[in-house]
Amino acid sequence: MSKIGIIIKREYLTRVVKKSFIIMTIIGPILMAALMIAPAYLAKMDDENVKEILVIDQTDAFSKYRLNNSYLTNYRLKKDSVPFDSTKMLIRRLPDSEKMKFHFLDKDMNLKEGKELLKKEQFYALLFIPKNLVIQPLLSLYSKKESNRNIISYVRSKLEEEITNQKLKAKGVDPEILSTTKTELEIATKIIQDDGQEKDSFTSVTMILSFAGGFLIYMFIFMYGSQVMRGVIEEKTSRIIEVIISSVKPFELMMGKIVGVAMVGLTQFVLWIILTFGIVTAVSFVMVDQSDLLVSTQSSSIMSHNQASSISSTSTPEDSEKMNAFVQQIDKFINSVNWVLILGSFVFYFLGGYLLYAALFAAIGSAVDAEADTQQFMMPITIPLILGLVMMQTVLDNPDGSLAFWGSIIPLTSPIIMMARIPFGVPVIELILSMGLLILAFIFFTWLSGKIYRVGILMYGKKVDYKELWKWIRHH
Amino acid sequence: MSFFRTENIYKSYANHVALRDVSIEVEQGSVFGLLGPNGAGKTSLIRIINQITAPDKGQVILNGKPLSASDIRKIGYLPEERGLYKKMKVGEQAIYLAQLKGLSKTEAIKKLKYWFEKFEIIPWWDKKVEELSKGMQQKIQFIVTILHEPELLIFDEPFSGFDPINANLLKSEILALKEKGATIIFSTHNMDSVEEICDDIALINNSRKILSGSMKEVKQKFKTNRYEIAFNGDINGLELSLRHQYKILENKKEDDKTLLKLELVDPQLTSNNLIQSLLPIGDMISFNELIPSMNDIFIQVVQDNKKEGENE
Repeated sequence: MSKIGIIIKREYLTRVVKKSFIIMTIIGPILMAALMIAPAYLAKMDDENVKEILVIDQTDAFSKYRLNNSYLTNYRLKKDSVPFDSTKMLIRRLPDSEKMKFHFLDKDMNLKEGKELLKKEQFYALLFIPKNLVIQPLLSLYSKKESNRNIISYVRSKLEEEITNQKLKAKGVDPEILSTTKTELEIATKIIQDDGQEKDSFTSVTMILSFAGGFLIYMFIFMYGSQVMRGVIEEKTSRIIEVIISSVKPFELMMGKIVGVAMVGLTQFVLWIILTFGIVTAVSFVMVDQSDLLVSTQSSSIMSHNQASSISSTSTPEDSEKMNAFVQQIDKFINSVNWVLILGSFVFYFLGGYLLYAALFAAIGSAVDAEADTQQFMMPITIPLILGLVMMQTVLDNPDGSLAFWGSIIPLTSPIIMMARIPFGVPVIELILSMGLLILAFIFFTWLSGKIYRVGILMYGKKVDYKELWKWIRHH
Repeated sequence: MSFFRTENIYKSYANHVALRDVSIEVEQGSVFGLLGPNGAGKTSLIRIINQITAPDKGQVILNGKPLSASDIRKIGYLPEERGLYKKMKVGEQAIYLAQLKGLSKTEAIKKLKYWFEKFEIIPWWDKKVEELSKGMQQKIQFIVTILHEPELLIFDEPFSGFDPINANLLKSEILALKEKGATIIFSTHNMDSVEEICDDIALINNSRKILSGSMKEVKQKFKTNRYEIAFNGDINGLELSLRHQYKILENKKEDDKTLLKLELVDPQLTSNNLIQSLLPIGDMISFNELIPSMNDIFIQVVQDNKKEGENE
């Protein structure tokens, strides 16, 4: 085995047997699978409690009817139980939703009394609508705990609508007419391929895929780049470096470390893909089985009436139909994506981006005596990487814009940006240009880092600045 | 023809000159002491010999040929700044370092077994380096340096970090290697060990070689012609009988002895002449030539060199 092979082998083996590697390899896919599956479950497990909300409406605009005063006296007499007569809760413009129930109090009741009531009884919140709401649109919501965002946004949207309506009415526009003119459009997006075939496009899911690709590249470069840096610092501080470079060239040692760590990264990536795929498949099997089961219980429950109510409260046939449709949609999406291209270019851009940055990380590690001293040199590395991540947001909105183009051509950001663009489709010529430049840049930065590295590793106890680094590059 | 030599080596770094016109010659099977104060340029020279850095000018000749990459296997180097991977197991690490020197894995294991048995450290094989004491780590380091049986060995401050017992063990191993034919370059500023081990020396100061030669030659050169003599009992009239031919430096009485230090002024005189003149005086119990230690020579030469530098 060549010497560089021996180095790669050591760097690889010492890392893959580490506990942290094994833990990350197992936890990663669980997290990813959880991210994919959790939303579905969370929606189901959401708080089922209906929130009871008191309303003092001084404008009288939102409630046509109110509880009469007897309620209040009643309440004052019988503190323990407050009988709400739901028949008296009449149609209002602040209608109850699935999760919220609004109880309108007497408009003459003052805020203080309302608060008392909120404090003593099982109400979730108190909404106070002041008289001059139309002129000065400010409401107050009092609650015992931090206010629930759903309630805030629900109340806001309903009341905004109502105020708009009232203003329209005042100007002589009938809101009824306006509502009939409201139109909601849905756009079915299709892509016409070169061979003339149409295929469904999945913009939102593609965006998730793009983001995941770009973000993973970012994360991998940082994670494994800093592993290289730490490895170099370890060799320097433990003083084994001089023993080793009397046997191998500094450049061989640097490249051996970089390649060894790259292989660790690839191993982790492949394991993540396999494990994530395994977990998602296993879980979705279980989920599909459950929904099948629900459909069958549903049909059987028609026969046994007394059980029907209890079962329909957990799931309806509609639910499982929705679920099936969703699964089908995902199937369609999975089939529509060019996975070979995406995974292939992921591996390329991970390696290219990593090699480029890892060389720089190695140079930094060689120039310092301890990890704490790396700060000043980390800036030029972290800025383009973070810039790439920030630019990615814009690129996702407009994957063919000039920002996207340049971001995916310039080698410092191209691994992240190009990965984000690929799921949307990128002209082959741009892909080749980007890849070619990345290779050139990686060769250049490796050469540059090698120059810094071979001087740096033998410098002990010296505070190094950029000027010093420049000298190393020029003089040695 | 010397086994190893450097010819007019120059090396400068971004901020300073490390070596100016340094030439040394090392005979096969000898121990060569490379001496000099801290920062003199010793480590720079050693790094050049190990091909860690290249000289700006000059060349290194090993066995009659300029040094090449394939010579790495022929050289064993124990650096002054040395260490091991702390988290790695001793055995694994020793095999790794041996492989980097060009040994095959099976060869490495065979040789390591021999040395581990010899040093009685077999139980350390599966321990992590961080579990060992500093002295233990030094032993591993020594084994790794000599494992591939290099023809040229370079030890940079080998005794630092060793307790006296292990330092002795190391010393005898180094001499044993010399017996087997290895050529050894030994860099240190611990002059006691130089006197015990070295055959030849070179002294580097301020990036220049300022003194070199065999131990004998150097000592001869710095001989002061001073003697220390002790007589039994009180001796009177000593100075009176000797002062014409010798310069008396010291004359004191201690318990029941008389101690005398004197210097030969006339270069024609030998120690035999001195003894002849001393014998009639009294009951002589000891007679020693005061030979300067390497330590004295080192200090003297470096200080003279400093003065010269100031005068220039």
